[in-house]
Amino acid sequence: MIHTKFKFFVSVLFIALASFVATPLVNAQGHGDNHNHKGHKHPHNHSGQNHDHKGHGKSNAAHAGNNHGDSHDHPEDGEFDVTGMIMHHLADANEFHVLGDFSIPLPCILYNRDKGKFDMFLSSKFEHGHKTHNGYKLDHGRVKTVDGSNFIDFSITKNVFTMLLASLILCLIFFSVAGAYKRREGQAPKGLQGFLEPLIVFIREDVAKANIGPKYEKFTPYLLTVFFFILICNLLGLIPFFPGSANVTGNIAVTFVLSVFTFLMINLNGNKDYWKHIFWMPGLPIALKPILAVLEFIGIFTKPFALMIRLFANISGGHIIILSLVSLIFIFGKMGTSLAGAAGGIAIAVPFVLFMNVIELFVAFLQAYIFTMLSALFIGLAVEEHDHDHAHAH
Amino acid sequence: MILLESSSTALITPDLGLIFWTTLIFLILWFLLGRFAFKPIGNALRQRSESIDDALQQAEKARNEMSQLQADNERIINEAKEERVKILKEAKEMREQIIAKAKEDAKEEARKETEKAMQEIENQKMAAIIDVKNMIGNSTVDLAKKVLKRELATPSDHEAFIAQEIEKLNLN
Repeated sequence: MIHTKFKFFVSVLFIALASFVATPLVNAQGHGDNHNHKGHKHPHNHSGQNHDHKGHGKSNAAHAGNNHGDSHDHPEDGEFDVTGMIMHHLADANEFHVLGDFSIPLPCILYNRDKGKFDMFLSSKFEHGHKTHNGYKLDHGRVKTVDGSNFIDFSITKNVFTMLLASLILCLIFFSVAGAYKRREGQAPKGLQGFLEPLIVFIREDVAKANIGPKYEKFTPYLLTVFFFILICNLLGLIPFFPGSANVTGNIAVTFVLSVFTFLMINLNGNKDYWKHIFWMPGLPIALKPILAVLEFIGIFTKPFALMIRLFANISGGHIIILSLVSLIFIFGKMGTSLAGAAGGIAIAVPFVLFMNVIELFVAFLQAYIFTMLSALFIGLAVEEHDHDHAHAH
Repeated sequence: MILLESSSTALITPDLGLIFWTTLIFLILWFLLGRFAFKPIGNALRQRSESIDDALQQAEKARNEMSQLQADNERIINEAKEERVKILKEAKEMREQIIAKAKEDAKEEARKETEKAMQEIENQKMAAIIDVKNMIGNSTVDLAKKVLKRELATPSDHEAFIAQEIEKLNLN
């Protein structure tokens, strides 16, 4: 019931947003294509690196100031590179930009597969992409090898840093709340405990217990951890400056790992009925059983895959919309040459960005809820006890 | 989507290092929060809900006991009232009985007194009669003496004398 309502609400929301966001996206697309085509042609040229220095890790405001500098990279278009800016903000980075030219260097832990050697150093060695170090360079905020050899980046990147920060915040919050439960045993909740108890109880009762049934206690720690981890990462992502701004839950690697955990929770806890329903569906003609087995087997993977894509796309989408709206100011302002255009852009962008931020605040909760809810639902299906055969009427 | 295609596939290519760190961080977070936060919180919540259930049940029980007690009290009061009515009735009856008995006794006493008085009167009467009889006897004897003392010459004298004496006697 709740789920269908949410689905309906989200789809209405999506249509509404898509309609007024479409225009700036179409505008941005043309220029973006142009630029990226060039970028692929000359991935290692000097101008590319120069652009990195100007563009990487800048906040939206900082971009405004730097765009004059960028323009000499693309003298023929002289336009604001919307796509590059947005992609840069969505992507992970090996340093954490704070303000202006100041960035927090992050540790780089690199393993070169071709040469078989480990490298550990701070990303400040690159001097914002100006220099190379031990055969590595900083391209669009990410570490690359100069010679193009194969390597794995185990660095504490912006996203890893934010996840560590989120974990720290969660530990501080929940240890204090757990302490409050111990200290005020049997008493009514108070303060932070009172603020979080409805959420904890909601996940326990309405998500875990409602979907999983009597065995819910075993899965509540996982569901609560997933919910609050996604929520805090979503919320940190909405803060436009340090220590937020990292697009953690809009990163496919992060959502991949979370969905793999859900996949493992489902399939490691699946009972005999669950596997029977996948490989030999009861109550069907024998000829249909192998066909359904194939479909159900694919279903094992599509369920967590959908979880991965949903969270990734929703959070990335929100970031793209907000960044696109901010870009309106610079597109209309024609890189600062048209003051009236910029004013018009501000008049349009500021209310829309404000509106989008409020929506994103809701989406932060909604997506955390949906991921947790669907995880609980799938786990519930896997551990469900089937008493009657007529229950298989699907 | 247009953005993703036009830029690069970097955005939808999971980064191995990030997968490693996310796995590690999430596992540690899961362990820490599960062990030191969500488990005790879950226990506390369960205990609290149990204690609330308990308290509610006890309140219900106490309420039942209270109503039971009230019923008992009412019953006792009713019984007391009945008892009072009964006692009053008995007292009334007893009073009436006592009065009736007293009356009876008084009557009996009076009757006895009367009887006694009558007896006395009878006795006195009898005594008086005896006295009279004695007196008559004596008088008769006296008369006889007197008669005998007079020499009665003739029978007529005799008779006259007797009549005279009887006359005297009668006068007495």
